[in-house]
Parts: sequence; structure tokens; C-alpha cells
Amino acid sequence: MSARPLALSSRIPARVAHAGLLWPSLGVILAFMVAPIAIMLTYSFLVPGAYGGVEWTFSTAAYEQILFERDFLDDSLTFTPDYLIIVARSLLQATVATLLCLVISVPTAYYIATRPDRVKNIWLFLITIPYWVNLLIRTIALLFVLRDDGPINSALIDVGVIGQPLALSYNGFAISLGLIYSFLPFMVLPLYSAFERFDFRLLEAAYDLYASRRVAFFRIVLPVMRPGLIAGSLLVFIPSVGSYLAPDILGGGKTLMIGNLIGTQFQAARNWPFGAALSMILLTITLIVLFWLARRAAQQQMN
Amino acid sequence: MQRAIKHPDPRPRAESNIVPMAGSDPVRHPNSVAAEVRNLRKTYNAGTPHAHEALKDVDLSIRANEFFTLLGPSGCGKTTLLRILGGFEMLTSGTCRIFGEDVSRLPPEARPVNTVFQQYALFPHMTVRRNIAFGLEMLGKPRAEVESTVERMLDLVHMTDYADRRPDTMSGGQRQRVALARALAPQPKLLLLDEPLSALDLKLRQKMRLELKSLQRETGITFIFVTHDQEEALAMSDRVAVISNGHLQQVGTPEDIYEQPQSRFVADFIGESNLIEAKVAGVTGGEASLDIEGFGKVHAPVAERVEDGQKVWLSIRPERLVLGSGDGQERAKVTDRTYLGNAVEYHLHVGEHALTARSPRGGLRGRQDFAPGDVVSVGFEPGSIKVLLS
Amino acid sequence: MSTARLRDLRVFPGFGLLSVGCVVFLYAPIVVLAIYSFNDGRSVTRWAGFSFRWYQTVFANQNIQTAAINSVVIAVIAATVATVFALGAAIATVNRKKGGGEGAYVVLTFPLMVPEIVTAVASLVFFVAVGISLGFATILIAHIVFCIPFAYLPIKARLESMDGTLPSAAADLYASPAKAFLRITLPLLVPGLVSGWLLAFIISLDDFIITALVAGPGATTLPLHIYGMLRLGMTPEVNAISTLMLAASTVLVLISGLLGQAGRKH
Repeated sequence: MSARPLALSSRIPARVAHAGLLWPSLGVILAFMVAPIAIMLTYSFLVPGAYGGVEWTFSTAAYEQILFERDFLDDSLTFTPDYLIIVARSLLQATVATLLCLVISVPTAYYIATRPDRVKNIWLFLITIPYWVNLLIRTIALLFVLRDDGPINSALIDVGVIGQPLALSYNGFAISLGLIYSFLPFMVLPLYSAFERFDFRLLEAAYDLYASRRVAFFRIVLPVMRPGLIAGSLLVFIPSVGSYLAPDILGGGKTLMIGNLIGTQFQAARNWPFGAALSMILLTITLIVLFWLARRAAQQQMN
Repeated sequence: MQRAIKHPDPRPRAESNIVPMAGSDPVRHPNSVAAEVRNLRKTYNAGTPHAHEALKDVDLSIRANEFFTLLGPSGCGKTTLLRILGGFEMLTSGTCRIFGEDVSRLPPEARPVNTVFQQYALFPHMTVRRNIAFGLEMLGKPRAEVESTVERMLDLVHMTDYADRRPDTMSGGQRQRVALARALAPQPKLLLLDEPLSALDLKLRQKMRLELKSLQRETGITFIFVTHDQEEALAMSDRVAVISNGHLQQVGTPEDIYEQPQSRFVADFIGESNLIEAKVAGVTGGEASLDIEGFGKVHAPVAERVEDGQKVWLSIRPERLVLGSGDGQERAKVTDRTYLGNAVEYHLHVGEHALTARSPRGGLRGRQDFAPGDVVSVGFEPGSIKVLLS
Repeated sequence: MSTARLRDLRVFPGFGLLSVGCVVFLYAPIVVLAIYSFNDGRSVTRWAGFSFRWYQTVFANQNIQTAAINSVVIAVIAATVATVFALGAAIATVNRKKGGGEGAYVVLTFPLMVPEIVTAVASLVFFVAVGISLGFATILIAHIVFCIPFAYLPIKARLESMDGTLPSAAADLYASPAKAFLRITLPLLVPGLVSGWLLAFIISLDDFIITALVAGPGATTLPLHIYGMLRLGMTPEVNAISTLMLAASTVLVLISGLLGQAGRKH
């Protein structure tokens, strides 16, 4: 049975009302989001201007630059893996962060979902606060404890375990930790709501059929939760790949991930076409992962 | 806009004055027509490959003050018809009149009609009292009148104690009563009820049937009731319209519909029927001789012209089959016996035909009982065979 | 034979410990940061006694005040505009499930799919290309864009969970479409509107990278200012302002939690 459309007035034709309601949002997003990305796509095929900006000459140099270095003198191309390594490192960092977030979040979300209601709300509240707290502040907090003269190193030196501070910050480890720290709540909360809907009679059935706890968890609980796991992974992986703050603050300013590399092209380096090309690559990676996982989730749901 | 031009005030008028108050004598509309649809068609997604004809050329008149039921299986178009009367769906062609006024183009808020929705559609953020007052407030009634009408309605449906509760704290039966009170409060000329009992359990449903019926009598408002439950339809209605596949099959009193079905669909849908194929083997003075293959000849009255050799269907209610033995006419074999408490049902095979017979208190108090495997004779009570041409 | 003992079937050993570890991991850095904001010493490492002096410094800092006011003003305007737009979009898309609905949905949630850094540089390039000078206005526009999906999703969810026959029931009871919207639909949407607005507000306050690229030389927000302070090294002042923002976030979560509970009681 179809509901009566929510019209605001019987005097305005439904089609006009529909457009009037929808188009402010659509228009804003198309004009200030979709159009800019189209411009970026165009710019990625141009050459950089002398003082930033672009010159209107078609070129695939920006994309070539990711793999090759052009010699100033004889214009020959030499393979240089530097940028490729940054792209690969971004993917690796994001994958590691996603997997570790899964390992931490699955038991946590499960545990919270099986608590009695009162306790559950306290746990949820505890997870929700970091979710809402400013990401910059949280990243700064992590840097604060990881620094060479931060509380961890100071304490260890005071106790005499180490003589020199451990290199906890300004490296790949700090970035990994930063990504996990940043996006862990993004994983726990959707997993929790998935576990909330889990039918625990399935677990009883598994035990009834002689499953051990281990088997019950890995063969029954996790497979049933797969759409939730996929959703949570997306929420961690996508912001991780393009992350800017964690590598910028915890990586010590070295361009270690693609997000920073892109940022640099529009700030200090002033190579807009190269930045645009990198952006297009990052966007493509994101959309591919998104649609691939979304399709798998949809297939799972159909089965 | 149409409202302003054609119907300066299409709202319930003071002179209609159907005061829904217990004990008062409501003003009746003798012999007038409450709702009338002519050549009504409704096609969903017209002009697309998904076009679906929900109603096909329906003509129907509903008299004032009657309890009228639209009965049919789900998807037959009965709810669509109700929604067209309520103004929730636009008809594709034809006309729809309410007390003589053409309302085909009017939105719901301009029709003197109220609806009791299937899931009640009570406003969850308002108390019972505010729910009931809503229609009156929208009509711009003075506050004092709103308050007194709400009190009367609360009393009418025995919900005074719950006046300041919210709907989601109440049981299905209570919500049902609030929905009724809300729809009756603006004193509509026509009350539409869309399967209002389907969400209730059996006992409550039976109780609400009686309440609805007495409410209709007390208020004198014309009720148009949609249901797929034939027992409900027979128990409550003054008249019933049976709808199938977008077609109006038959309109009549519950007795008419049950005793004189005019099509195989009606015979089968209302109660249970044995439907047997037969050939006309001669007509004499309104009575036909009918040949049932593998059984023999039977006689039954025919209302319409039939010709020799014409194929027809015979409808016989299970309780009007008489089983016997020892008369030398045994031709039916009992294949199964089902004990139903107040009756016993026998499944029989007669030649190619499978029949069902139901015997009240079967096997008890002198009635003969049979067991699977018994071979019995089958007789028909006089007048029990209906000849159906379609 | 293992010892057969009746146990809660849902319990898996070690999960509780891991959960505690997870919460400790999430809180330890921010708690330590907050504690050191009360450190009397200039050093951010050695504890030199309890003091509010860094808070006094923060409150005395005109630039921080300006940045904080900018942040709140931008967040309020962006969240409000995004919520109003999103309300319209939610009504339109929920009404028209079939035909064109999916396309609109993809566009409306598109900002969620694009990595933030890409949105940031694309916005910068766009504003420069069309000649809008960078500043408060460009920050506001960019914030409205990425706030729309955050406001849209809760409103849409609320609208979808609403009984679709309620507006019909209101019309049946003589309410005009405008009255039905104001008296029935809008009050029922309030929880969705509130959580959509709050989400958009927080997201706007939280944003760093998009703001950083479209801000231009003049305008600044609190995250931009803190980031600038950080460039000069970790100071107790950073701890103090960060702790204030932590407190503000916690209060907001509390408010939205309480509102949510009140909404559920309905």
C-alpha cells in the first residue's frame, strides 16, 4: 500500500514540490563537490603553471610522474619507484590499520553487545565519546604520549629499563598506531550494532551440535556477522588510505602517505596537475574498494 | 482549489447532523444513496510495462445507514476501492459520488468521510484525547465543542480512563477503539474501515465485531468495511459486495451471497462448496436435468437460459450432502474422516469427483458415522444444488 | 572429559579483558594530555604542581577566542543550512522510492565516499578556478557540502521508520497538506532533525584538512589555530585548549545521549 506523498501544499504540483525539496541539496553537492572533482580530472591532464595553477596544454606527464622521472637535459624517462612506494605504503598502512581494528573491535563489540542493558549503555558511552572528539586533538594526544620526552619514554628511563628514549614517534609505527587510534571507534560502533541484532539462538544451536567455543565463534558468529565486518572495515579503510593528520603529525612531516603527498602539491610544491593526478588515483582506489566490498556485502545478504 | 470553486464547504454539514450519541435517535437518510461509483477503473502505472488494472469497470451503490462490506481475497481491489472513496488514490476513470456530490477530484481533507486505518495510524506523539480532537480542530470547531465531543467519543468507545495516555502504551483492542473514536468524532457522513480487525486476536476480533455493529446502529453512520474474512463479512454486514480480480462479483445480503452464489468464485470463496462439473440434459419449466459424469442425473432449478449439452457447474455446500447406506445406491467411497468437534467431515470419492460432506454431531445422536474405506450413498437436500454458468 | 559446567553460553574468554584494553587505549592519551594541561611548569614533561595558568593564557589569547567563535559560527550555520536542505532531500527521496531515487541517493551521499584530502584540494582548485576568493565564505560553503549527508542520513532513517499512513490519516481528518506536515510529520521528525544537526555540527567543528585548504590567509578556525600552535612545538597551552575541546565534545555527547533517551521514551 503506497503512502500518500508528503506534499506541502495541494496547490503546488507534486513534481514541482519534489524538485523544490530535492534540488537545494543536490545542487549544492553537484556544484561544490562533483564539479570540483570534474575540474580536478581535467587539471590532471594539464601541465603545471610557473607560479602554481595550470597551463592549458594536454599532457599525461602528471600520471607519468608517478612512475618515471623526466631527465631535464635529454627528456628521457627513468623509472623511479619513490611515489609508487608512497602509494603502496598508504594501502599497506590502511590495510594493517583495518585488520588490527578488526582484531580489537570484534571482541570488544561482541562483549559490549552481550552486557546487561545498564552496563551496555556505559560501555557504549565510553566508545562514543572518542568517536565525537576532534580528530586533531586525539592525534595530538597520541603524539604527546609517544614523544621522546613524553610520559612513556620518561617513565621507562626513570625506572631504568632503557637509557635512550625509544623511537615511538615520527615513524611508520607511530602512523600505524595513529590510524588505529583515529578510526577504532568507527569500527566498534557498527560492529556493536551488528552484534546487537545477532540471534544468539544460533550459538545455542551450535553448542547443541557439539561445537566448541572456538568453532562456534569462527564458524557461526563471524560468518553471520560478515556484512557488519565489511561495513566496519570500509569505515576504517577509506579514511585511513587518504589520511592526512596521522602521517602529518605523527610521521614528523615527512611525506609518508598519499594524503600528504597530495597536500604538498597544492601547498609547498605547487604542482597542481600532479596533485590532481594523485587525487584521481586515490579517489579511484577508494571507489573500487567501496564498490567491491559493497557488492560482496550485497551478495552475502542475498545468500 | 477545486474545493473553493465547486464545494465552498464540503465538510460535514450541520444539517447532516448525525450525532453519534448512545441512546439518541439518529437522523436517518431513508432510501438515499450514501456512496456511488460508476464505471470505476483504476490502473496503476498506466502506460508502462508494469501496468496493473486494480479495478475494472466497477458499478456500486451503497445505501445510507447500511453496514456495507467489501469482501475479497488480498489483492482483489477492495482496498483500492476504499482508498478511492477516501481520496487516498486517484481514480483512473469513472465517477465517485458521496451523497450525490462528485468527489472524484477532491483530496481526502475535503471529503466528508473518515477512515479507520488497518494499523490504526494513531499519531504517536499525541495523547488519545488529542488524537480524537485532531479532526475537529482541523475543521475549526470551537474549543468547547471539541472538548465535549471528545468526551462523548471517549465514553462511546469506553476509553475515558485512557484519555491522557499515548497510543504506544496501549493494547491492540484499545488502539482500535481510539481509532474508531477519532474517525467518528468529526461526524462523517461515511466511515471507511480498512480491515480494522485483522491486527487483533481471535477472541477480541469476535468481541469487536459486535461492538462495531452496535456502534453502527447507534450512530446511524454508513459504514464501509473492507475485509478478506468471509465470516466477519457475513456476521456484521447489511450487504456484502464480493470482489475478485478487480471485478465486482456479486452484491447482496449475507443470506443472498451464501445461499444464492452467482458464480463459482463466490460459491467457493464464501464458506465451502463442492463444485462439480455437469452437462445440461434437458430443461422443463425452470428446472434442469443435469448429468454428472460417473454419478448420474440430478435436478436443480435454473434461473437463466441454458441449452441442452451446455457445460455448467453445480455448487453444493458440504453440510447439505446426506450420506447413507443400505439403500443400494452406494457409489461414493469414504477416503478420510476428520473430527472437528462440532461436526465431522468426510472426504469422498465419487467416480472422478472428490466431495466433502459435513455432518453436525456426526456419528452421535442417531446420525450414522462412517470410517475411511466405507462405501456410502450420497444424497442432496432439496434445493441445495446451485447451477452456476460461470 | 572436560569439566562440564553450566556457563553463560554467550561468553567467550578474554573478550572482557580486550574490551577493557580497548577503552584504556582510547582514553589513556587524552587523559594524560588533559592531566598535563594543569601542569604548572613550562615543560610538558615534568610535573611541577597543579595550576590553571595555561587556561588563563588560553582565555586571554585574543586569537584563540576569534578562532573559537569562527568555528562555532561556521558549525552552527553549516549544520543549520545542511539540516534544512537535508530535510527537503529526505522528504523528496523517501516519497519517490521508485525511479530516480537511487541516483539522488548516490549524489547525496557522495561527499562521504570521497577521501577528505581529495575534497579539500578539489574545493581549493574549484574556488580558485571560478574566482571565489578564499576566506570565511569558502569555508562555509565547503562545510555545508560535507555536512549535508551527515544531516541527511538520520533524517531519512527517521522518515522511513515513520508510519507512512500518518499523513493520510491527517488528511482524512481534514488537515491540509501544510497542516499535516506541521502537526504530524515535523514533530515526529524532531529526533532525526536533532541528531542530524548535532552530527553535522560536530563534523563541522572537527574538520581540519578541508578547512585548512579553503581558508585562505585571513580566516581561521580553532583546529587551524591549534595546528598552527603545534608547528611551534608542543606547549602546555596546546594541552589546555585541547582539554577544553575534549570537555565540549563530552558535553555534546551527553546532551545527544540524553535527547536520544528522551526520544525513545516517546
